[in-house]
Amino acid sequence: MENELFEILRYGIFAGSISLILIGLYAALTKRSLLKIIIGLSIVDGGIHLLLITIGYVKNGTAPIFSPGYEDAAAIMVDPVPQALVLTAIVIGFAVTAVALSLIIRLYRHHHTLEIDEIKNLKW
Amino acid sequence: MAFVILMFFLIALMIGAAIYAIVQKDLLYAVIATGVISLILSALFFLLQAPDVALTEAAIGVALTTIIFIITIRNTVRNEDEFKDKDDIKSAVK
Amino acid sequence: MKKVIVLLLLAVTGYYLVISFMDLGKYGPVVETGVKDFYLEKTVSELHVANTITSIIVSFRGFDTLGEVTVLFLAATALGGILYKRRHDVGGRSVLFPSSSIVKSGSKLLFPAIILLGAYVFIHGHLSPGGGFQGGAIIATGFLLMLLAYDNFSVSHNVLSFIESFAGIFFVLFGLAGMMMGGTFLENFMPVGKLNDLFSGGIIPIIYILVGLKVAAELTGLIYTVLHEKEN
Repeated sequence: MENELFEILRYGIFAGSISLILIGLYAALTKRSLLKIIIGLSIVDGGIHLLLITIGYVKNGTAPIFSPGYEDAAAIMVDPVPQALVLTAIVIGFAVTAVALSLIIRLYRHHHTLEIDEIKNLKW
Repeated sequence: MAFVILMFFLIALMIGAAIYAIVQKDLLYAVIATGVISLILSALFFLLQAPDVALTEAAIGVALTTIIFIITIRNTVRNEDEFKDKDDIKSAVK
Repeated sequence: MKKVIVLLLLAVTGYYLVISFMDLGKYGPVVETGVKDFYLEKTVSELHVANTITSIIVSFRGFDTLGEVTVLFLAATALGGILYKRRHDVGGRSVLFPSSSIVKSGSKLLFPAIILLGAYVFIHGHLSPGGGFQGGAIIATGFLLMLLAYDNFSVSHNVLSFIESFAGIFFVLFGLAGMMMGGTFLENFMPVGKLNDLFSGGIIPIIYILVGLKVAAELTGLIYTVLHEKEN
């Protein structure tokens, strides 16, 4: 019973993060406004982070920190490697978003619009 | 059991906020919705035993990313498909 | 027409994502044989650091962190270049209406507490959850609060770039010192103390404090540049 519940939880989180990725990709591919595209890409970012953290989670695990009283708890600790990767990915994602938004401000100054079809060089 | 129900509630809320952020035409509301997604993600990371990641997401995802989007909206347009002045754009693009 | 193509593409992507994560949803850790056990074992026995994530970021993958801090620096530089302004334009930022006195005194009250929390988080990075990136981001939110409340609050760019280059240079110097003493870049050459002591872990707390200062200065500069962008 316990294990089945845990399995349902894992499938639920996987489904949630995969749907976040798909929603974000849909926005990035179909929307016309440049700001909407960046919003979609940041939603994709969040979904990928949740997916990576969930892969490292174990049942009834504790955080990988050897605080007093938990010195011998290495067997039930969750996987620390995805957490370290996601930690750096969040900071880099913020830097990338900031550069993209500053480019949008610059584009708006030149073209006075954010519509992707009006900016001729970006047409597809 | 309660843990699983809480997790599913948070995930449903998160997906709802994501769909709202995509559908909403007013970009300011959409940006606030992405802030809500980051907040719920931070809670989920904490429940999944990743406190370091939860701290980072709370500081960067909720505060800094949202404010930088809002500044960009202040400097550009607020509505998703609104042209301020058609002729002005035509002359500016040429 | 475009929407149909996009939906088809997303359906294919979603199908492959679902079938590849279907067998990962089983009970227990997904990746049985990995570097997890190695890291968990070495963190306690060799480095005497309580927080495994800190030891991975600073020690096992320290070179990676140096590259990441460099990416942050490049992003801040690129932002300054893209939003370039002539000197005489720089001044107070344009606001629609000034903030009320409640907001002003409230943020003045909260600002030292936020800075203190950030410093605590990155000094105790090797003992409790937190570290340089988290503490730096918290300090940047404190400066953001002041910048929003006071429209003439200014941060000196010289001080920011001094802190940035100071932290970056000392990060590299500690790495090179490890290379001279032990043979590899960022080798832990200082004595590791007892587990769960404030002074433990050798060079790990020092480097994380440097990373915290650097991240705080970079994020504050980034926010400052964007916030002072005038409307046309």
